[in-house]
Amino acid sequence: MAATADKEQLDRDFTELYRAHLRDVYSYAYYRVGNHHDAEDLTEQTFLQAYRHFERAQRESDGRPLRPWLIRIAHNLAANFYRDRSRRPMTQLEDASVLHEPHGTEQLVEEREEVKEVLEGVSKLPDDRREALIMRFALGMDNREIARTLGRSEGATKVLIHRAIKQLEDSLKEDPGE
Amino acid sequence: MSDRVEQLLRSALVPIEPPEALSDRLERGLSGLTEVAAAELADWELSAMRDPRNWGRPVAAIVVGSVAAGGLVLVRARQQHKKRNATGLQALEKSIRGVADDIEKRLKR
Repeated sequence: MAATADKEQLDRDFTELYRAHLRDVYSYAYYRVGNHHDAEDLTEQTFLQAYRHFERAQRESDGRPLRPWLIRIAHNLAANFYRDRSRRPMTQLEDASVLHEPHGTEQLVEEREEVKEVLEGVSKLPDDRREALIMRFALGMDNREIARTLGRSEGATKVLIHRAIKQLEDSLKEDPGE
Repeated sequence: MSDRVEQLLRSALVPIEPPEALSDRLERGLSGLTEVAAAELADWELSAMRDPRNWGRPVAAIVVGSVAAGGLVLVRARQQHKKRNATGLQALEKSIRGVADDIEKRLKR
């Protein structure tokens, strides 16, 4: 009886985790693989794997947020995805919502072009830098969370993000409007 | 320019809403995991009881089955298996793994 009650609580906790972070996992997956179809598969696999190991993760988390653990699962699955299918990360996103917003002014058109260039620049960054930027900007993770996800120190993560932004900035200067 | 780049990154890397169909499918899949695991194990237990060679297994099957009803079939079965260190349970673990694999295949589709 006690085991059943524990299990029910575990399931409730997992449901809560799932509802809180479905968008995070999907966003991460989408920016990693670049299309909705594969992002859906990756998201599904992430939650199934998380479910299998949830009890242990919860026990070992000591009350810390489980988002880094969840994104790490997605990160590992995405790595397998590329390895198994001999793919490289997509350079073109199928459709980022920001690129499809209706526009009415020249300024908006110009900004959308810049955003497109930024996305292309991000896709050309080394894997770890690209991922750090996705976590920071698409998921809103802080340095501590990103560090836990990537298995690095907070200091190293801060440097990683700084260098990623610098590299992106340099590439935009080199190829303005390419 | 870094500030400008950061501003552009905020505009470019927006959170992406998952399609509604995915949310529905995932919710169904996760709750189905529990039900399918319980049903599969119940079927297995019944058929196993008909074979006298399996009469030694029901106690272990009940333990594992009740756990499976919650969904973490594979993980907990392995834990139980290790604790007991009984070679006679190897076949049981193999069966459970098969059930878990089957559940996973179903959920993928």
